[in-house]
Order: sequence, then C-alpha cells, then structure tokens
Amino acid sequence: MALAFDEFGRPFIIIKEQESKKRLRGIDAHKANIAAGKAVARILRTSLGPKGMDKMLQSPDGDVTITNDGATILEQMDVDNQIAKLMVELSRSQDYEIGDGTTGVVVMAGALLEQAERLLERGIHPIRIAEGYEMASRIAYEHLELIAHKFEFDATNVEPLVQTCMTTLSSKIVNRCKRSLAEIAVKAVLAVADLERRDVNLDLIKVEGKVGGKLEDTELIYGIVVDKDMSHPQMPKEIQDAKIAILTCPFEPPKPKTKHKVDIDTVEKFQTLRLQEQKYFDDMVQQCKDVGATLVICQWGFDDEANHLLMHRNLPAVRWVGGVELELIAIATGGRIVPRFQELTPEKLGRAGLVREKAFGTTKDRMIYIEHCANSRAVTIFIRGGNKMMIEETKRSIHDALCVARNLIRNNSIVYGGGSAEISCSIAVEAAADKYPGVEQYAIRSFADALDSVPMALAENSGLQPIETLSAVKSQQIKKNNHCCGIDCNDVGTDDMCEQNVFEALIGKQQQVLLATQVVKMILKIDDVISPSDY
Amino acid sequence: MAVEKLFKDEATEEKGERARMASFIGAMAIADLVKTTLGPKGMDKILQSTGRGRSVTVTNDGATILKSLHIDNPAAKVLVDISKVQDDEVGDGTTSVVVLAGELLREAEKLVNVKIHPMTIISGYRMAAECARNALLEKVVDNKQDAEKFKSDLMKISMTTLSSKILSQDKEHFAKLAVDAVMRLKGSTNLEAIQIIKKPGGSLKDSFLDEGFILDKKIGIGQPKRIENAKILVANTAMDTDKVKIYGARVRVDSMSKVAEIEGAEKVKMREKVQKIISHGINCFVNRQLIYNFPEELFADAGVLAIEHADFDGIERLALVTGGEIASTFDNPESVKLGQCKLIEEIMIGEDKLIHFSGCEMGQACTIVLRGASSHVLDEADRSLHDALCVLSQTVNDSRVLLGGGWPEMVMAKAVDELARKTPGKKSHAIEAFSRALLAIPTIIADNAGLDSAELVSQLRAEHHQEGSTAGIDVISGSVGDMVERGVSEAFKVKQAVLLSATEAAEMILRVDEIITCAPRRREDRM
Repeated sequence: MALAFDEFGRPFIIIKEQESKKRLRGIDAHKANIAAGKAVARILRTSLGPKGMDKMLQSPDGDVTITNDGATILEQMDVDNQIAKLMVELSRSQDYEIGDGTTGVVVMAGALLEQAERLLERGIHPIRIAEGYEMASRIAYEHLELIAHKFEFDATNVEPLVQTCMTTLSSKIVNRCKRSLAEIAVKAVLAVADLERRDVNLDLIKVEGKVGGKLEDTELIYGIVVDKDMSHPQMPKEIQDAKIAILTCPFEPPKPKTKHKVDIDTVEKFQTLRLQEQKYFDDMVQQCKDVGATLVICQWGFDDEANHLLMHRNLPAVRWVGGVELELIAIATGGRIVPRFQELTPEKLGRAGLVREKAFGTTKDRMIYIEHCANSRAVTIFIRGGNKMMIEETKRSIHDALCVARNLIRNNSIVYGGGSAEISCSIAVEAAADKYPGVEQYAIRSFADALDSVPMALAENSGLQPIETLSAVKSQQIKKNNHCCGIDCNDVGTDDMCEQNVFEALIGKQQQVLLATQVVKMILKIDDVISPSDY
Repeated sequence: MAVEKLFKDEATEEKGERARMASFIGAMAIADLVKTTLGPKGMDKILQSTGRGRSVTVTNDGATILKSLHIDNPAAKVLVDISKVQDDEVGDGTTSVVVLAGELLREAEKLVNVKIHPMTIISGYRMAAECARNALLEKVVDNKQDAEKFKSDLMKISMTTLSSKILSQDKEHFAKLAVDAVMRLKGSTNLEAIQIIKKPGGSLKDSFLDEGFILDKKIGIGQPKRIENAKILVANTAMDTDKVKIYGARVRVDSMSKVAEIEGAEKVKMREKVQKIISHGINCFVNRQLIYNFPEELFADAGVLAIEHADFDGIERLALVTGGEIASTFDNPESVKLGQCKLIEEIMIGEDKLIHFSGCEMGQACTIVLRGASSHVLDEADRSLHDALCVLSQTVNDSRVLLGGGWPEMVMAKAVDELARKTPGKKSHAIEAFSRALLAIPTIIADNAGLDSAELVSQLRAEHHQEGSTAGIDVISGSVGDMVERGVSEAFKVKQAVLLSATEAAEMILRVDEIITCAPRRREDRM
C-alpha cells in the first residue's frame, strides 16, 4: 500500500485513487509482461520461412489485408497491451533500419523472453539475466562477423544480389515468380545506386501497382509512371522528345494571400476586370509556350478556359500530380520545379525521350509513362496482379527485396540463411558460456537455446520434425566444422545453404540480434505496471 | 499465467484450423450464392438496396451481385474482389471465376481434412494451373488473318456470352448489334465511343444500332429542327452569367441606375461572347454547361441550334464523333477545329425527342438504343450488352478463341489428370483435386439447366478421351454435342483470366492460418 504517515501520525495516500488503478508488481509483473511478449511472438511464429503461412487482417473499416510480412501484421493488429506495443515497435524499427527480417526479430525476442521466464523461476534476478543476454548478444554479434563472407559483385555480375533477393522473396506469396521479381528489384536498385559512395536512395524507386493482368507482367520502367491522364481528352497521347515544364502554380487567376476586396462599381471597371482576366490566362499559357515546353505537369488544377487554351496552343498538360511524384519527375527529367510562371526559363525544363498515355482493361483507367529521361536515376516498378490484396502484398515484398539489395550494396557481407547463422551462433555462444563465472553463465546458455528457436520454427513450418532436424543439423555443423548447414525447408536434399544459394545480409542478422536483445532487456527491467482501470 | 487483453476490446483472433475453416466456409458460401446464375439456364437474383427508395435490381451478372452484398467474412471479400477485377479486365466470366475459386477451396478443404499441408496443396495447384493453361494454349484457334472467319468467331462469342443473360431470347439480334459496334471501333478498346441509350417502351427486339450519334436532349424553342451539313462547335463554357474569376472581386453599387448599368454591361458581355461564337461560322453549338434564356434567344435569332447541358461523356463522345475540339475560349475562330456532320435532326423514340447526328466525319462511335418493357429489364440488358462488348473488344485485340459449353474445362481437366498420374508425392492429390474442381463447372451448368449432370459429365469425359474431341454440353437440347457445329465459342483471354485469378485467390486464402479482426470503427450516432 502506498500509504504513509506524516509527522502528526495522520495517514495520507501517495498514489491517489488506488482502487481505480490496476497494478502489478514484482514477479507477477514480469510474468505478465513475458506472457504478453510471447503471445505476440507466437502469432508471428508460423509466418517464418519459405513455407510460412499468411495472416488475414481485417481493419476497423472492414478492409482485408493478407500478408506474411511481420511488420505489416503487427502494425495492423489492434494491440492494446503495453508490452505487445513494444514488440510492435521492435518489428517496426527493424523494418526502418533493414527492411527485412521483421518476423525473425520478433520470434527471437519471444524465444528470449521464454527462456528468461525459466530463469526467473529459478530465482535469478532479472537484471542478471539482462546482463547475461547482453554479453551473449555481443558474442553472437562478433561470431556473425566471423562467419560472414564477403562477396564480390559489380554492375555486370549481379547474380549474387539476385540470389539474396530471391531468399527474401521465397517466403512471400509471390515466390511463384521470385526469379523475375528479384531481377527487377536488383536492376532497380542498381539503376539508382551510387556505387562509389555505396549508397542507395530508395526514394528514387517508385513502386506503382495496378490491378489486372498477371504477376508475370510486372515490369521495371526506366522512368516514371503517373496514375493520371491528360487534362483535356483531345490532347495528344504520345509526345516524343518532350520538354517538360514542372509547375506548382495553378492555371487560375492569382489568389493573393492577404485578404482583399475588389469592388466593382462602374461599368468601366467591370470591363477592365474582364479583359484582365482573359489576359491572365493568355499570359500563363504564352509563358509556358515561350520557353519551349511541350508538356506541362502541374500540381494544381486548371480552369476550363486555361485548359482549352493549352489544348488550343498544342500544349499537352497533366493536372493534379502529387508532390512526391512531381519531385520524382523533376529528378528523372533533370527539370526544376517552378513555383511561378514568371520564373520559367528554358533551362528549368525537364527532358524525356517519350511520354505516352496507356489504357488498361475495359474501364477507362489510364496512366502516363514518362520514359527515356535525361537522368535515368529514377525508376518505377510497375506491379500487375490478380487482385488488390495481391498487389499490396507484392508491393511489400518488393520493398523488402529492395531493402535487401540496398543493404548488400552498403555492406557486401553475407551470412547463410536457412537458420544456419543462428545455429552457428548458438554453438559459439554455448561454448563461450562456460568461460563466464557467475550467474550470467546461465543467462548466456539460455540465449544459446533461444537462438535455436528460429531454425526450430523454420523446421516446424516446413513440416519437418523440429527437434530431430535441428539436432541433426547442429551435429553436422560441429562435425564438419561447416557453418553453412541449415534447415532444408524446400526439400532440396542438401542442408548446405551455400549450395542452395540461400543468403542473407550480415547487417540484417546483426541488427536482429541486437534489437531483440535490447527489447528483452527493457522488458525484463520492468517490475511495476500501473495502468488506469477501465472508465 | 494467461494474458488478458492482448488486443483491444472487440478485436478477435481466429487461429489455425478455426481460421482456415472460417475462410473456407465464407468463400464457399459466396461461391454457392452465385453458383445458380452460371450458364445459359442460370437463374437471376433480386437485389434490394438498403438505401432510401429500396430500389430493386434484377440481375444475373456475378460482379453486380457480389458488389451489392454486405460481407463481413474476410475470405469472402477476396472473392468479391477477384470478381470485380475480372469485370474490369475482361468484362465477362465474373461468375465463373468465383465459382471456380470456391470449388478449388472446397476440394482443398477435403485435402486439409486428410492432413495434407496447405503449402503442398498450393504447390500442386500451381503446377495444375500452369498445365491447364498450356493445354488451352495448345487448342486455341486464331482466325485473325481470315476476316470472314474472324467475324463469325466474334458473332459466336457474343452469342455465347449473351445466351446466359436476359437477352438470350433475341441473342442473334443483340450479338449482331454488339459485333457491329465493336467492329466500328477498329481495334481500339475504348468502349466509351459506344453509347448506350435506354428508353422504356417497345420490346427488346426493337433495340437498334445507330451509326450516328444520339444525344438525349431537346432542341430549344424557335431554333431550327433540322440542319444539313452542320458545322458544330463543341464547347465547355459558362453561358449563364460569366463570373469574374479574379479572387475577391465583388460588385458594389450605391444606386439603382448603376445596377442597371452593370446589368447592361453584363448583357453586352454575353452578347459579345455569343457573337464571337457565331462568328466561327457555325450552325450548331453544343455546350456542357447551362445556357440561359438570353444567350439562347440570341442563338435562335442567328439561326444557330444551341444545345445545353450535355454531360461530360456526351461532350467527349460528340467531339470524338464529329472530329471537333472542345473549346472554352473563342478569340481565334480561324484555328478552332469545328466538328462536322451531314445532318442533325430531331427524332422520336417512343415518347421522347432526341437529337440525332448522322453522317459524321469519324465512323468510330455509334449509339445503341435499347428498348424494353421496364427499367429493370433495360438495366439488365445494358449490363449484358456491356459484358458482350467488353469481351468482343478484348477479343479483337487477342483473337485467340476456344470452344465453349464446358469444352475448355474438360480439356484442362484431362491434361491436369494426366499430370497427376505422372507426379510423385502428395502433390498429386492436389493436382487431382484441381481437375475435380474444373469438372465442377460443367456439372453446375448442367445442374442449373435441370439436367442429369452426373450422366452428362461422364459421357462428356468419355468423349474427351479421344484426342481432338470437340464435345461439350448442349444445354438447350440437354445432351452432349459437337460444339463446333453448335457454334459455341469463348474468348481465350476470358478463360485464362478465370483460371489464373481463381487459382491465385484460392492460393491466397489457403495460405492464411490466422485471422485477426480489428474492432470495427465506431460510428457516431446521429440521433
């Protein structure tokens, strides 16, 4: 009870309204937190690996999402529990930082929590467990670096990159054509990559989807695709060698920001105003024409009259183009975004070899393709698929593949997949554990056990005997001293991941270990949960 | 210790077997719902809207039925979605795709019950779908070169499509209408150029295709009712009061005389505008926006036919047909392209007067006038015709054609069955199941027609045992017949889309092992 007595012996309450708050303390708090974390991990556990299952999520508005991506599942779940929210955060930060392995990191955190629970029952202090985990994670981190391979690739030899992207894609629904999608992702990343600085700006890759067709029709376009059509139905549908004026001002009479009124009280004023108005439109179009633009892309709308004038002067135009797209177009065509008509100059125009409008299906859906741009550093991946959910899921998968390719360009070290890296780390951590005196030894050993849970889940999802398979693979690793042995999920016949070409980026794996450990440490340090009761 | 409340209130979570069962049941319920509308003897559904007026739709079109349903089951939503996509992409086969996906899931459920892992089923389905597609590709006929034959193919396809719809009584008539309309498009898939006007009255047989363009508007009073060699200006401009568009402008007067002056100025402005328009040398003016009485009178004085308030599609089509441009400013008459047509006249259809443009410059567009007993019949006729037009326009682009009447399903089933025999491992069960699901479609068609489906389908299978059989179910006579003789054809593109999207959807639903439903967003009570 948070009850104290003042110097006169009168009782007073330190935390008010005890009755209306729920409070968990000590070992109960730990157990409740661990249980919540485990529950989240349990949901994701079946999504791990190439044979992982999908989750169907229904949003508050009734929209359905079907996905296999850990970050997306957690994001869309209506989580209320505080600890569960921490797990959601964990997966999100893995998504931001690395882009892939969002399921793995949660599964690992769940396993660490499970092990911690056992240690708590033995009476080991949570802080000691946390410290042990910290040491173990450092061992694992260093061991990963040890077993990592550098692999060489350049603009001509992209095969290793494609292989790694295929590993990522093989766990998604799109694995039917993972080869072609992986190639698309790699080409897209290489197109925008700065190989000198080893940096990739993923903002330059636009992923656009359109329902219809089939997954095999997905293509990479060296240019920009905009989901808009020409402002006037009779404008030309194809422009060769376009010079593009990129405007952020509307084709409308100016609207000064300051409040003002124009009073019309005589006939003359009425007439001058009318002439003025006509001149505005004329000037605007003339200014675009004067600098030699052959296509106008505008962020805002056009007045009917301006629209006709543009059409009349043979100046095709696209209206209501979003800000992000406008920026991409500017980057791709080498043009400048012009905020005022007065500032238009020929140098500020963007250039593109071909601009065309393309129609899809039986409805009047049209899109504008801007291709052969002056600066081909912006690309678009255009996804087709049987239904909306498929497209959304493909977008997420492509995003993961893009991130993986980017990570490899940043740091070309890889580890082998299929759980082999985890098993290898587990062996290393186990061996190192004996060297530590004190209670931490137990925590380190538990960490090794937790690492085993990822390959275990992989084996389980693939329909293999988890314990049997894992112990077989582990003994193989130790016997042959080959850290490439992993779980043979696809039933290929060999457990050497090197032969199966299953790679993962080193930094992705390292990040997983670090992030999972950090979150578990944080959860273990909580010993008091105070939450307002329902009101 | 159990976790209390991981999710928010009202959010639910279904796991493993239960989740799978929920999605199977949902999907199959949807498939069963539309099942009875499949085939030439399929039944219609009445849909009553929940909105005010409780408007009623009678339809046989899978996409329309599914679109109007309120569905809570997420798996069912996947099926509704594929049906919608099928409608957008190829226009027809919206029922088939849902039924096939439903059957695939029904078979999958049986396999899951005998402990075959969903992933194994999926990989089997994938192999089967690929094999089925290849089997179809081998059998397609392409008559693109031979114009005569191609036209008869189109005719057959549109008759097959229409035979399952309300228009089946006059299907030859309508098939001809649709083929003529699509042939005029000359390969473009832009169905906007085909206008469909619905006028209650008469019978369906009275529907006709008009080569010109019909605008559902009246001619203003005192204006010429008939113009030969018309020069048309198509415009989108305000012909009521021309507002001053400069921001913040307003009229402020302090005496009655000034009001009159301003009014006079306005009139002068309008008169000038009309004068400018007339100086284009036109005798017909069509505007998207309203035309007030004053300018209308001015036009009448000049002997110009003025038509107001044509909707946007109408304007666009008219511009397309007559070859004019849509104008909004009128300062340089010499460079504005005017539309032209031989004759404009007022015609009567039923009770209504319409404006008819004939002898237009561009032959692409045309109008189909539908007549029928009630607006429900007309709506349904419109949908059916739309389906036929979509399929035809897609076929013009991809001219590969297959036979109909369950023939493609039998061909696919046979190829898939052979694949199953050759494949070792558990996958072969899934492949076999795929072929059973394919066979379900002719079975349902026969059932809907009240025929002995088991008998017919087994006969059909025996027929198909021979290489190169052309047998299918002839629903009209209730027997197995030669589909080449009966002239039942279907477009390859439709069948392929049905096959691929149904497999894709089934795969998606099968992969799910957990359903998490968020708490529905609360609506504010507007009491």
